[in-house]
Amino acid sequence: MTIVVFSLLKTLPGDPATSLVGERATPETIAKIRNSIGADKSPIEQYWGYLKLLLSGDFGRSYFTNRDVGSDIAAKFPNTIKLAFSAMFIAVPAGLIIGFISARRNSKITSKASDIITLACLSIPVFWSAIIIMLIFSLKLKLLPPSGSGGLSFLILPAFVLSIPASATIARVTKTSVSDILQMPYITTAKAKGLTPYKINTVHIIKNALIPIVTIIGLDFGSYLNGAVVTETIFGWDGIGRFIMEGILKRDYPVIMGCIVVGTAVFMTVNLITDIAYHFLDPRIKLHGKDR
Amino acid sequence: MAKTGKAALFFILTVFLFSVISPVIQHADPYGIDMNSIKQPPSTSHPFGTDTKGRDIFWRVTAGGRLSIGIALTAAFISAAVGFAFGITAGYFGGKVDAALMAFVDFILSFPSLLLAIAISVVMPPGIYNVMIALAAVGWASFARLIRGHVLSVKTMPYIDAAKALGCGNLRILLLHIAPLCIPLSLVMMGIKLGGFILAEATLSFLGLGAQPPTPTWGSMISAHRGYVLTAPWMVLFPGMAITFTAFCFNLAGEALREKFELKDSRL
Repeated sequence: MTIVVFSLLKTLPGDPATSLVGERATPETIAKIRNSIGADKSPIEQYWGYLKLLLSGDFGRSYFTNRDVGSDIAAKFPNTIKLAFSAMFIAVPAGLIIGFISARRNSKITSKASDIITLACLSIPVFWSAIIIMLIFSLKLKLLPPSGSGGLSFLILPAFVLSIPASATIARVTKTSVSDILQMPYITTAKAKGLTPYKINTVHIIKNALIPIVTIIGLDFGSYLNGAVVTETIFGWDGIGRFIMEGILKRDYPVIMGCIVVGTAVFMTVNLITDIAYHFLDPRIKLHGKDR
Repeated sequence: MAKTGKAALFFILTVFLFSVISPVIQHADPYGIDMNSIKQPPSTSHPFGTDTKGRDIFWRVTAGGRLSIGIALTAAFISAAVGFAFGITAGYFGGKVDAALMAFVDFILSFPSLLLAIAISVVMPPGIYNVMIALAAVGWASFARLIRGHVLSVKTMPYIDAAKALGCGNLRILLLHIAPLCIPLSLVMMGIKLGGFILAEATLSFLGLGAQPPTPTWGSMISAHRGYVLTAPWMVLFPGMAITFTAFCFNLAGEALREKFELKDSRL
């Protein structure tokens, strides 16, 4: 993974040394800076050097602030996690409730309406809804602060924006999953046995419908990371999404590399946890099964 | 969903055709700077208002549509083509070839998609081709997966055995006997994915990695006027509505396709 990102960054036409000191710097200055950040060595040497650093747990230093990228990421990452979890905190219950109701209510109109609304939620670009929601709630109504990092009041708007597409995704999967289960013969049996709707809902439907839902919650974690880049930039939330954006604009390679490495690692870990969670939800699924 | 899907398709075609023929019928130049009419709210002469340089937003949105939809279509097409090639090769040859190719596919899919697209876009000088390549580089993997699965079921059919018995070479079987059966599926998949491509294109150009000013794309129009949202909200409102509307129509049409071809997995 690091190879791909690194070789991508190295083929870049822009030169960090030039963007650091400006176009009018003397060739000597540029050469000096290139030497200090190691840009004069061959790409393979550079990559090797970076990998060695990375394996020893060091992400290098930012070309611009000369701060340790690793500790910057460590400082900012909890903010992104906080944002992602707050968004999940809204999206999971909202998605479950919408999906469940639209599947359980035997009405074509409810089902169609929820289909259309969730699709619409998936079609709104996050950066646009972020701007519009910021305009309404913080600039017009002045209810919540427009941007910055801090307490709960700063968290609500970005988390809400992030949760819009996420809850739509969860709602859609819940709906399909629950409607599939409703057609199973054992639901008819449960009804015939005279079980209460509450019992059918909890024991028979929710428990069995959970696997695809958990999968999508886990897999969709990537979309929180993706969305975080945009939402954090707009709301000025001090997480790694904004950090990587700043890095990109300044061609600050250690920052870009560090953020992508960390982001991907987290994403893969979450997927792994999702896979393991299956096992607990449905013991029939083997972790070492052939058919993945 | 079929009826809604058809209606959505009709809307998309109308929007796209309108944006394609707009250079002929437009009565305001989307690039024409007019300092006498800056930041005008929507009116009869400027239905979507004007921006900070006095350019007509309606015609900029249509011109942007041409680019944004065009980029998304091209990127989806490249993804489908690359994914197709990978998918049929992996599925048909199986064994080590399959394992190696699918490992690569899984590797691409293991990245958060936008981060990977950003990493790729950063490499190249910003521009529309850059966005197409970045989107395709991320998008092809899921096509490859789907096509491979399909090939696995196709290649067990008796007529493939018959072709082998007749002495057809691998290439012939692959191109003449298997590929044609996979084309419809990849077209369906392309339809399903187009909404996502529209949004991804908009996001990349919003982040400044796409077409550069003064070329209008919907994403870049929003990022350029983000600061004026309080005083002149129409500058941000209309391009955003254009993105949402187009992505929504594509998603509706995709949903109808998904239902028709019974592709249940919503992750596709």
